[in-house]
Amino acid sequence: MAKYVLKRVLMALITLLVVICLTFFLMNAVPGNPWLSEKTPTEATIDALNAKYGLDKPLIVQLGKYLENLIHLDFGNSIKMQKDRPVLEIILTMFPISASIGAIAILWAILVGVPLGCLAAYRRGTWVDSLLRVICTVGISMPGFVIATMLLHVFTGGIEGIKFFPALFKGTPESYVLPCLALGFYPMCYLSRQTRTAMLDAINQEYIKTARAKGLRNGKIIFKHALRNALIPVITYLGPQIAFTLCGGFVVETVFTIPGLGRYFVSSISNRDYPLIMGTTIFLAAFIIAMNLIVDLLYKLVDPRINLGKGGH
Amino acid sequence: MAEHEKTGKLLEVKDLHVSFFTPAGEVKAVGGISYDLDYGEVMGIVGESGSGKSVEAYSIIGLLQSPGKVIGGSITLEGEDVLAKSKEEMIALRGSKVAMIFQNPMTCLNPVYTIGNQLIEALKAHDKKVSKQEAAKRAMEMLELVGINNVEKRMRQYPHELSGGMRQRVMIAMGLICHPQLLIADEPTTALDVTIQAQILELMKDLQKKTHMGIIFITHNLGVVAEICDKVSVMYAGKMVEQGPVDDIFYKPGHPYTIGLLRSMPRVDAESYERLIPIEGTPVDMLNPPEGCPFAPRCESAMKICLQKMPPYVELEDGHRSACWLRVQEQLQREKQGAAETKEVPEHE
Repeated sequence: MAKYVLKRVLMALITLLVVICLTFFLMNAVPGNPWLSEKTPTEATIDALNAKYGLDKPLIVQLGKYLENLIHLDFGNSIKMQKDRPVLEIILTMFPISASIGAIAILWAILVGVPLGCLAAYRRGTWVDSLLRVICTVGISMPGFVIATMLLHVFTGGIEGIKFFPALFKGTPESYVLPCLALGFYPMCYLSRQTRTAMLDAINQEYIKTARAKGLRNGKIIFKHALRNALIPVITYLGPQIAFTLCGGFVVETVFTIPGLGRYFVSSISNRDYPLIMGTTIFLAAFIIAMNLIVDLLYKLVDPRINLGKGGH
Repeated sequence: MAEHEKTGKLLEVKDLHVSFFTPAGEVKAVGGISYDLDYGEVMGIVGESGSGKSVEAYSIIGLLQSPGKVIGGSITLEGEDVLAKSKEEMIALRGSKVAMIFQNPMTCLNPVYTIGNQLIEALKAHDKKVSKQEAAKRAMEMLELVGINNVEKRMRQYPHELSGGMRQRVMIAMGLICHPQLLIADEPTTALDVTIQAQILELMKDLQKKTHMGIIFITHNLGVVAEICDKVSVMYAGKMVEQGPVDDIFYKPGHPYTIGLLRSMPRVDAESYERLIPIEGTPVDMLNPPEGCPFAPRCESAMKICLQKMPPYVELEDGHRSACWLRVQEQLQREKQGAAETKEVPEHE
């Protein structure tokens, strides 16, 4: 087990290195530079700025320097969006806000999505199943901003007499409700569909017939015998999804004006804020890699047949 | 267990009809079968795939899956009408009075729970008051009873750590843990190696003697039937075409289908290296079953009437009956002769 984890951590470091290099070269391959704005600075100004931030050196030297700093956990300073503020500090102040919203969102998505999936599988072919299918298909295929804007419109005063929640995020408990609803809706729908498929598969297994023949009650058959077997595909999806959701949604954070990390993933790119692009990308990549490792360890807990030591049979 | 052996009728199935309502139409999977099973009696149900033998057994234990439905007849277990029972009563019945074991032990145990967990659960489902230690003790006793050694270790193992034969033993232990009166075994040896098959059969025979339970043994293997059963029902296309004590079925088969089955079975005591004789033709399309005897289209000795009307049962000997027009004819002839003889009797005097 320890050997397995060690091996995975080493592999994770290599993966991260690849992600860093790819992001670095791709980001520099995109035309434009951080200094472009409405008032285009003079050539001399740009040269001076490039020299100041070391952007005048060859790319490979820049990368080497960046990697060297990274070893000391120095992610550099933002060069545009929050000028000269350390990237690590930006991430560490923004992430908790995004993570708290994301955690609530993913939690309700699991708590609602998984049971709904079970229900749909148990009542397959009935109106309950059909209704859930419609809701979930809508949730999966509708873009996030539609749901976020709809919630914003309906519950914050867009409709006469209904103003349950504030439109702007103020950090109060009420202001968490709408962003969490919007952010969790997609994973909830997706989870529900996935649980349904996995449950249907499990319900048709022969050990369910055995469980019925033993005289077990339906609840025990569904939640003890079927669900645990159905959890594996669900956990697979959940790992990376948790990482994505905790790092914040661009759309939801923009619509509800939340000062979270999610917005920086996109706006750092459009602003060509190179250190911030690198920082957020590395952070998300590391998070996803870690979640995948946790998921693999969880498999072992859920399914005793999985043997982590021997390269995954 | 054996000291208070019950006698008499354990199970009585009368004119049972089971249909599956599919989009393509009604499939009469079981079309009116009847039989009795006494306490401690072992009955084989033989037939090819799709003959309705499993469906029939699933109806007894209430495990018929939609779109299957019992549409007629009665099932009486220990004097109680099974079909009239509520869902709750059926749950209480399953696993306690009637247990069932299945064909494929590789897939019938839940892969994510230990053997011990699954055994104890079977006991606790019907005996809420039993303590954990007591349940574990009972489970280990059962494992020992079915010939598993090292039981404490086995209790902690997962199904994938056991062989197929061992898993079927676990299934049997799980079935018997609540001391059922009736065990339904749905092809319990079919998925196993031949040597393991023999061991499992031996075990079941042995357990049957020890516990005096009734067994319904569903199989397509006549060899297995000869090994373990007291009597046999032969099913074809949802109908019971012949029924009788095991010796009668083997030595005096009364239905062409039974004869066909026997001829297609390899025998160790064959005089020469004869070829096995297959039954020509294909099984019945259950959506459009033929009128008359379902076996008639494949039957060598089919007559005109066979294609028009289902034959009635003819009692060939005590407890041995067959549904075939040939036997009806013979019986009519016998009656004629008998009538003639009785007429002759006074003249002899």
